[in-house]
Amino acid sequence: MTSKTVLHAKHLEAGAKMVDFHGWEMPINYGSQIEEHHAVRQDAGMFDVSHMTIVDVKGEDAKPFLRKLVANDVEKLQVAGKALYTGMLNAEGGVIDDLIIYFFTETEYRLVVNSATREKDLAHIGAVAADYKVEVTERPEYAMIAVQGPNAKAKTATILDENQQAAVEGMKPFFGVQAGDLFIATTGYTGEDGYEIVVHNDGAEALWQALLDAGVRPAGLGARDTLRLEAGMNLYGQDMDETVSPLAANMAWTLAWEPEDRDFIGRDVVAKQRIDQSTDKLVGLVLEEKGVLRAGLKVIVDGGEGVITSGTFSPTLGHSIALARVPRSTGETAQVEMRKKHVDVKVVKPCFVRNGKSVI
Amino acid sequence: MSNIPADLKYASSHEWVRAEGNGVYSVGISEHAQELLGDMVFVDLPDVDDEVDAGEDCAVAESVKAASDIYAPISGTIVEINEELEDSPETVNSDPYGDGWLFKIKASDESELDNLLDAEGYENSIDED
Repeated sequence: MTSKTVLHAKHLEAGAKMVDFHGWEMPINYGSQIEEHHAVRQDAGMFDVSHMTIVDVKGEDAKPFLRKLVANDVEKLQVAGKALYTGMLNAEGGVIDDLIIYFFTETEYRLVVNSATREKDLAHIGAVAADYKVEVTERPEYAMIAVQGPNAKAKTATILDENQQAAVEGMKPFFGVQAGDLFIATTGYTGEDGYEIVVHNDGAEALWQALLDAGVRPAGLGARDTLRLEAGMNLYGQDMDETVSPLAANMAWTLAWEPEDRDFIGRDVVAKQRIDQSTDKLVGLVLEEKGVLRAGLKVIVDGGEGVITSGTFSPTLGHSIALARVPRSTGETAQVEMRKKHVDVKVVKPCFVRNGKSVI
Repeated sequence: MSNIPADLKYASSHEWVRAEGNGVYSVGISEHAQELLGDMVFVDLPDVDDEVDAGEDCAVAESVKAASDIYAPISGTIVEINEELEDSPETVNSDPYGDGWLFKIKASDESELDNLLDAEGYENSIDED
């Protein structure tokens, strides 16, 4: 039994090829994944991300609860609307999920977690919440549309009313604001400017159509994957999971070690890994010749081996790129075992494209 | 339903074959195959003068989704390859039966053509997938 988002009919109308994505029937593309990718890098594209799970946390203990639940520190959030990217770890220091937390007040936060991990996330959040005075509420009555690309904000502005335009005017990256019936956030998963817009299910089709009429092009999960990979953003379940330390997933920057007495779940295990330098690391790989690096391929480095966690052809760069988990000792080059051959690849920081430009 | 021209022969592995005269046959992949693979990003072709056997993997079509072997539908010698695909592999998606052809084979045994499917046979083979 697959679930459908409220935009399902709009996808079919736009000629989408639908696939099963962790129990959701979602558009993989609307004809050409590469053209959709370029639309986002060069103009404006939109993704239906209504399958993602929105969870509101309210109550007098909301802040101490989240300071226990996640590895980054919501204490950093001091301005209403500010967002935080973080991992939610298990007691063994593995990543249960990655999520974004929006801060409204010290008793009111919004979490956006992955759809594929919805059930275990809700179970874990609920179990931890049992010790705190908080109310955890899933919000399935909301849909979400991500509008991304250099012209995304300008095109979105044409469909907002005056008050909404004023609310988002000059909003910095990683903020969210309730503007009329829309929650509009300057977040995304493409490495481009743009918004993620939360809208009530009843208004989702109209918003989609208005964006379409404003010249925003629908883009599917295929383009979403190549865009996020070019931007060096992790995909849960591929680049990290419950068996992978955030230190081995390019998430060290999301671990808030100060103050020392904040005892977030998984802290002691990851703190020891950090001192011992005992985990692998996540790097970027670049293949400049023909061929496409794919997830699961073996990476051979000096004195060891690793694995490609995500790989693709990069439409922006015109060659293949990948994320790989490799031993810490890995230098500037590696070899990948592809179709019975060993192919030389460059090892780079795990970020390839930002705002339409190569950053390799 | 994808387009399956009636004047071509097909292999069940989704290659098509067109007679060009003088025992030369051009080979490409079907519209159905390019739909399954999605946007093409690289096409790795054999070299001119390569000898190939029917059923031998002699090229690779690499799409955003996967790398897929292309099999020689008949035995013979490669006499020409579509060099345009080096710079525009997407032609395989946009015109699979025309400008998206892959290579031409000079058949060593034209009776092997009888082993291939006609359009109807190929359509039935897709339906069974």
